Amino acid sequence: MLFLLPSDVLVWLLVVAVAAFALYCSRRPHLAAPWARVFRNRAAMAAAVFLSAYLLVGLLDSLHYRPTLPAAAPGAATVYSVEVRSLLDRLLTPLRTRLEKTYSAPLATRLFQKELVQSPDGGARRDFPRLRYGGAQLARESERGRDLAQRALAGAAAALLVWLLAVAVGRRTLARRWPGAAWGAAAAALGVLLAVAGIAAALATAYHVLGTDRVGNDVLYQALKSIRTSLVIGTLTTLVLLPLGVGAGIAAGYFKHRVDDAVQYVYTTLSSIPAVLLIAASVLMVQVYVDTHPELFPTSAQRADFRLLSLCAILGAVGWTSLARLLRGEALKLSELDYVQAAHAFGVSHLRVLARHILPNVAHIVVITLVLEFSSLVLAEAVLSYIGVGVDPSTISFGTMINAARLEMAREPMVWWSLAAAFLFMLALVLAANLFADAVRDGFDPRVRVGAAREAAA
Amino acid sequence: MLAYIVRRSLYAIPILIGINLVTFALFFLVNTPDDMARMQLGVKRVTPEAIEKWKAQRGYDRPLLWNAAATATNKFTDTIFFEKSVRLFALDFGRAEDNRDIAREIRTRMWPSLALALPVFLVGLAVNISFALGMAYFRASVIDLWGVVVCVILMSISTLFYIIGGQYLISKLWRLVPISGYAGGIDAVRFLILPVIIGVVGALGAGARLYRTLFLEEMAKDYVRTARAKGLAERVVLFRHVLKNALIPILTGVVVVIPSLFLGSLITESFFGIPGLGSYTIDAIQAQDFAVVRAMVFIGSVLYIVGLVLTDLSYTLVDPRVRFD
Repeated sequence: MLFLLPSDVLVWLLVVAVAAFALYCSRRPHLAAPWARVFRNRAAMAAAVFLSAYLLVGLLDSLHYRPTLPAAAPGAATVYSVEVRSLLDRLLTPLRTRLEKTYSAPLATRLFQKELVQSPDGGARRDFPRLRYGGAQLARESERGRDLAQRALAGAAAALLVWLLAVAVGRRTLARRWPGAAWGAAAAALGVLLAVAGIAAALATAYHVLGTDRVGNDVLYQALKSIRTSLVIGTLTTLVLLPLGVGAGIAAGYFKHRVDDAVQYVYTTLSSIPAVLLIAASVLMVQVYVDTHPELFPTSAQRADFRLLSLCAILGAVGWTSLARLLRGEALKLSELDYVQAAHAFGVSHLRVLARHILPNVAHIVVITLVLEFSSLVLAEAVLSYIGVGVDPSTISFGTMINAARLEMAREPMVWWSLAAAFLFMLALVLAANLFADAVRDGFDPRVRVGAAREAAA
Repeated sequence: MLAYIVRRSLYAIPILIGINLVTFALFFLVNTPDDMARMQLGVKRVTPEAIEKWKAQRGYDRPLLWNAAATATNKFTDTIFFEKSVRLFALDFGRAEDNRDIAREIRTRMWPSLALALPVFLVGLAVNISFALGMAYFRASVIDLWGVVVCVILMSISTLFYIIGGQYLISKLWRLVPISGYAGGIDAVRFLILPVIIGVVGALGAGARLYRTLFLEEMAKDYVRTARAKGLAERVVLFRHVLKNALIPILTGVVVVIPSLFLGSLITESFFGIPGLGSYTIDAIQAQDFAVVRAMVFIGSVLYIVGLVLTDLSYTLVDPRVRFD
């Protein structure tokens, strides 16, 4: 039974909105040209490939359903489980269900801790027991190296095949349709991505590629699940930030006088409160609300989802001030321009002037701000979850992964794989987002182009 | 000048009142004191008497805004709003859950915070400026390109990893400094070196990249071309002319954070066990000690506003074109 969480609905709405915006841009040369400049940038194209891969995982993880329970009696009505799963969970069933007892290192065949093991001759001794699933197919552990190499090779070969196919198809379709973009960089990034994913997938069939955590969960699975949390926070926050920032900023700059005073007062007040503290206080209040109203959240997934959404709302409500400030300045300038004055003289209504003359001319600032905001939101989630005012502890996110792994820092030898997994997945995401954001800024900001031209002349 | 300072400070009053209202709304209107009591006492098996007792101990048993039962001015003053929010203006923060005086805690804890935040601020500023200047000097070359790449990579790493990585490498593997803890006096240096290094490195990427842009913007100006045209060496142009002028936006830009240095750094302090205001706040958040969080929100805002006033003053001091009126 399909069971969409509120955040799923919002994510898909956002996908539709972005698609509509893309269509809108492609029909308007003044917006299509900057995007063309963005996609001519090689770093941006490579980053876009990585971001799309993350997006794919995030979207797969945003289609939730409640699995059917096995019927108690033949002919009885179908009963659905209370547990909510996503399509990604379904695809990763082997990773999700193959639990070990506790920690095990990446690609290990034995547990990380010694336990009492029964030896074949009947005696008992303390040793590292074999894992239930990791490398369980091996008769002798000495074969592990060969087995790993074989699987990795098979994975790499499959990845190469897929890559060749993708490049061949892409060359005939995408590259013909949009010849200017940096397709070479995209193909290279896709190659790297497919190679890593192919090898990891091939190894994951029989091993825990990134090890297991304290209760034996596969770390790779957790890292993949964290992606949705990061993306939701990085994007859904926009839904609150955008209307507040654009509405208040443009209204202040366009109407001036009292409206301007009021808006300036509100955003100066809000931005005076240190962001982390304001967020912490708000999240604490949401926590109290959730804990005192258990009847509103029948399943734990719904409770976690509510907390995730409220975190997005809080981050948006705290973060709109900088966008509003930028837009106020721009609207102030635009409202004095001749064509706006002319529109006034012709008796065009305020609403129409705003929609036709002001809004389209600040669109580039909005795009730049949102793209730049994304990576800082992803980083903020980790820190907030670490202090305990981020997502629900039951939600898998980079922050909760780091938080859990940190407690094991003191262990000797150290349990490093959870941290390493969170580090690599986050670095790839944030780096790609930053590179893409830079290209977007360079593509959209007219000042940068002038500066670059001057720089080239000098 | 004095009149200007006074007038600028008066502008801050409505903002302070606004902040006070926001925190009041956040802490008392979203959830009633009953909710907070239930949360603190544990949601299950809590008797109405226990809630009343909890509220009475902390002074939450009053009406929110208007006490109809009281007489004269007490109608206004004997309320939660006056006792808990208006009193903040008098720096009366009340008591924490462990019954300690919050104002006293703040006074003792701000010094370790400052001992950490001030070096991070000063060293960080110097390092950022030097890096940015280096990149600007070698602009449009391989060094500049890689400098920017390194900056973007540094920016993309979460603060948490700088701290965890630093603790692991320097304290655990090389055993150069203690992993965490704090001591008063000169001993503090041993404990502070690592957090300071991590604070500086963590902020290097974003800072150096921003300052590089500022330097490049400055270098595109006409007076720089004139300086080059009259035959000055690139080094002289950069250090004697560009640096001086680019420092104006850099320095006026950082003035705003100076008062907030007293608050310290939330994450770093709690990771390193430094008994400053940052770790105090984190502990309060984790223990859901609303009184402490409220006090810290208020102090943080006040310090920020002081920073804004100082920023305005610094503009007038460094840039003669800005007038006092």
